[in-house]
Amino acid sequence: MPMKLSNRTNFILTVALVFFVWLLLFFINGHMNTYMIRIVSLIGIYGVMAVSLTLINGITGIFSLGHSGFIALGAYTSALLTMSIHQKEVTFILDKVAWPFNSVQLPFLPATIIGGIVAAVFSFLIGWPSLRLSGDYLAIATLGFSEIIRILALNLRSITNGALGLKSIPQYTNVWWSWTWLLITVLFVGSLVNSSFGRALKAIREDRVAAASMGINIFKHQLLSFVIGGFFAGISGSLYAHWLTTIDPRTTSIGVMLTFNVLIMIVIGGLGSISGAIIGAGLFAILTEWLRFLEEPMKIFSFEFSGIAGLRMLVFSAMFVMVMIFWPRGIMGRKELTWNTLYSKLRRGSGESNE
Amino acid sequence: MNEILKLDHVTMQFGGLTAVNDFNNHVREGEILGLIGPNGAGKTTVFNVVTGVYYPTKGKVLFNGLDITSLKPHHITHVGISRTFQNIRLFQDMTVLDNVMVAQHHEIATKDAEKYLVKIGKSKYGANSTWFWRSVFKLGYLRREKEMKDKALNILEKLGLRKLAAEKASSLPYGEQRLLEIARALATDAKLLLLDEPAAGMNPSESQQLVQLIKWIRDEFKVTIFIIEHDMKVVMGLCERILVMDYGVLIAEGTPDEIQENKKVIEAYLGEEWSHVAE
Repeated sequence: MPMKLSNRTNFILTVALVFFVWLLLFFINGHMNTYMIRIVSLIGIYGVMAVSLTLINGITGIFSLGHSGFIALGAYTSALLTMSIHQKEVTFILDKVAWPFNSVQLPFLPATIIGGIVAAVFSFLIGWPSLRLSGDYLAIATLGFSEIIRILALNLRSITNGALGLKSIPQYTNVWWSWTWLLITVLFVGSLVNSSFGRALKAIREDRVAAASMGINIFKHQLLSFVIGGFFAGISGSLYAHWLTTIDPRTTSIGVMLTFNVLIMIVIGGLGSISGAIIGAGLFAILTEWLRFLEEPMKIFSFEFSGIAGLRMLVFSAMFVMVMIFWPRGIMGRKELTWNTLYSKLRRGSGESNE
Repeated sequence: MNEILKLDHVTMQFGGLTAVNDFNNHVREGEILGLIGPNGAGKTTVFNVVTGVYYPTKGKVLFNGLDITSLKPHHITHVGISRTFQNIRLFQDMTVLDNVMVAQHHEIATKDAEKYLVKIGKSKYGANSTWFWRSVFKLGYLRREKEMKDKALNILEKLGLRKLAAEKASSLPYGEQRLLEIARALATDAKLLLLDEPAAGMNPSESQQLVQLIKWIRDEFKVTIFIIEHDMKVVMGLCERILVMDYGVLIAEGTPDEIQENKKVIEAYLGEEWSHVAE
């Protein structure tokens, strides 16, 4: 018996999985409370963020800390496009809203795609100079650029409403939008990674000098990966904005903190694994919500404790450290969760394997 | 014989240090040419100049009569020169098969050097920017992927690495890692192979096998081989012509027998006061 499944079996199983997930989503959407539904949508959004950063950080090995900048660009662009003209006039009290946002209102889908394109264009403009650096220098440069984007959002009052941020963004993001975009992201990035271009990106991660001497144009390929990652970061930003319904340029909302959160997701999941990124995103969304009980007032042995704000992040960090001790390369490492690995695990488990 | 590679008075200076001084020689098509010399003589610098890692301070590099001095490393590969490294530089976390397949990526992705290829009649791949979208959306890409895979497996088969195709490169024993580097260089469709100390770290019987293998590769793949090597048995058994460098200067050129007799070479290796002992 072969240890590998045929391409057709693989394809059928994948389609069946997607179908199953969609049935599950249908059930969740119909039978669970709004809070649960919102968390399930958030998992999808985090998934898009994590997979896009995995392409940049994990697959290509570009240590980028600028992801929140692209998320913010996508969030602002799409939110400005979907808010009604009247709503924008009400919201912008510091300055009048600038053209073209004062006269357009678009549906969610085109607004999201435009948000992604704007983020992709900016990631090209940022990547062009900064990808000439490598390692720590690149990390600092991208961190700086994302901070520049945040500071611009704080000061371009006629576009972003400054520190007040955008409020009453229509709450378009639901389970379907976020998980459909996650599916598209995974299909696109997965297909890219499994092609010759994906191999080239991994080769750049492994050894730049050897990759160049094997005929790979390092700068072009890194830029390609950076721009695609930026595009999907923009998409996730749009989904996030329409999930939160309010965005503002604080570091803790869509500033540097968000970059580190996404980084935590992909490091927990396994740097360089798409399935790992989704597992990490799911864990992050569920744990940060579930651990909220730590911040509520509680009673232990008849002692009353008032809630301590931020305690859940402390516990979360401890859990993160534990993961790093027991799985130094994350849950999945660089492996992908494929049908083949599951199949060979099952066979080994049942003792049928004669290898 | 036709000169496949010509180094035309190449000088490479790093600040005040002249690593290569007025190197003026050539590689003939189909030959196995050795480059030897004591440590720090500038041998690897010559390779780095040829492969576009360094831009020479003076002089030109000609490949099949075309000036390739200003080409970038990835263009050099696309044009038909490929190399291995002194310290093994495999893509450690990728499989053996992927290592060889990635060497064919330039066929669909590099297009800037096309004008050089047209001149040397090697432009057959039709590299263009649509390949990116075609590979993501799998439009006629899977057939190309299969071609790449078949070619990679074919090369691995010939070098006896086929059974290791699914292994990670890092899990291979040392000798096989060296072999995989050569397989990867061959997969780029190179006409000229630059081997930087392929026998380093091998025991005598392994290096004798390597000599046979390199000769066989030259005939099987119709390539020209330019080799840096410290192991004199390998060099003398393998090369048809040898160049000797010392302190960046080319001090001797000739057949293995001529080189063994050459007084300057003995001096360079043993020092002047000992050279009479060797005689």
